[in-house]
Amino acid sequence: MKKSIFACLASLALTGAAIAAPLSFDFKDPKGVNAVQFHLDSLLEPISGTAGGVSGTVSFDPADPSATAGTIVVAANSLVVSNSMMTDHLQGTNWLDVATYPEITFTLSSLSDLKSEGNTTSAVANGTFTLKGVTKEISVPVKLTYLPDALEKRTRPGNKGDLLVVRGEFSILRADYGIQPGQNEDKVNPEIKLTVAIVGSAPKA
Amino acid sequence: MPTTPNSTRPSRTRLIFRLLASFCLLFTVVFWANKGAHTGWSMDRVPVPQLDEITGIEYVTYDDRFVPGVDWLAGGIGLAALLFVTSLFFRSKPTQ
Repeated sequence: MKKSIFACLASLALTGAAIAAPLSFDFKDPKGVNAVQFHLDSLLEPISGTAGGVSGTVSFDPADPSATAGTIVVAANSLVVSNSMMTDHLQGTNWLDVATYPEITFTLSSLSDLKSEGNTTSAVANGTFTLKGVTKEISVPVKLTYLPDALEKRTRPGNKGDLLVVRGEFSILRADYGIQPGQNEDKVNPEIKLTVAIVGSAPKA
Repeated sequence: MPTTPNSTRPSRTRLIFRLLASFCLLFTVVFWANKGAHTGWSMDRVPVPQLDEITGIEYVTYDDRFVPGVDWLAGGIGLAALLFVTSLFFRSKPTQ
């Protein structure tokens, strides 16, 4: 009897530890959904495009979202707009110079102003944003949605695991990152609006 | 000595250039209108919004097809104008 009670307590303790452990979410999405959308006002029409080469990992504890940490990386050469000549200009040396600066990264250092409701947490993500070799501290309002056991529905039967959806929207000034500072501002707005909607998966072993 | 007015007939080259200008103008406008009369820049990949049902993420895929924009329209009209102006260099031939 004592043995069975001990075993029961031990298994409860182990389960508790497993639940409390932060999960590591991989943001390289096999379905190709992950992308950062960017938007700049321009002379004839707004320039809108996407950067689909998203990767990185985020450590998220559903029981303690404030402990979230991680890095999201975007491959600079995955930036495209609907006109290939414009895409070449955007990736070229005058603009993003993707050959020299192949990665755009956001490293999360802390979450503040957390508000949780069900599986969704709204917060301000504080961290460093690196673009074209320039790193700056930024704060981005984000929404984290934890979807337990949703990986199987999204991928294949038997692939157990959880999903973490991250949404956010923020703006940067291109001059802050050395992208044509003070140039062509009458043609292309100095402000770039970025919209993030990405999903990470944490398979269960 | 009485003078008679000289009659002229259009140069064949002038006629060809003007026909080409008309065709170019017509083709440009009809093609642009037929492809949706897009008033932005030309596109060679067209964004198509998609929805991931499990996560609710709206994302974009691209269709590889050409949609002419106002740069196409301006180029076509410019070429037609150039052909028309060139036709003016070929004078009509007097019949007498």
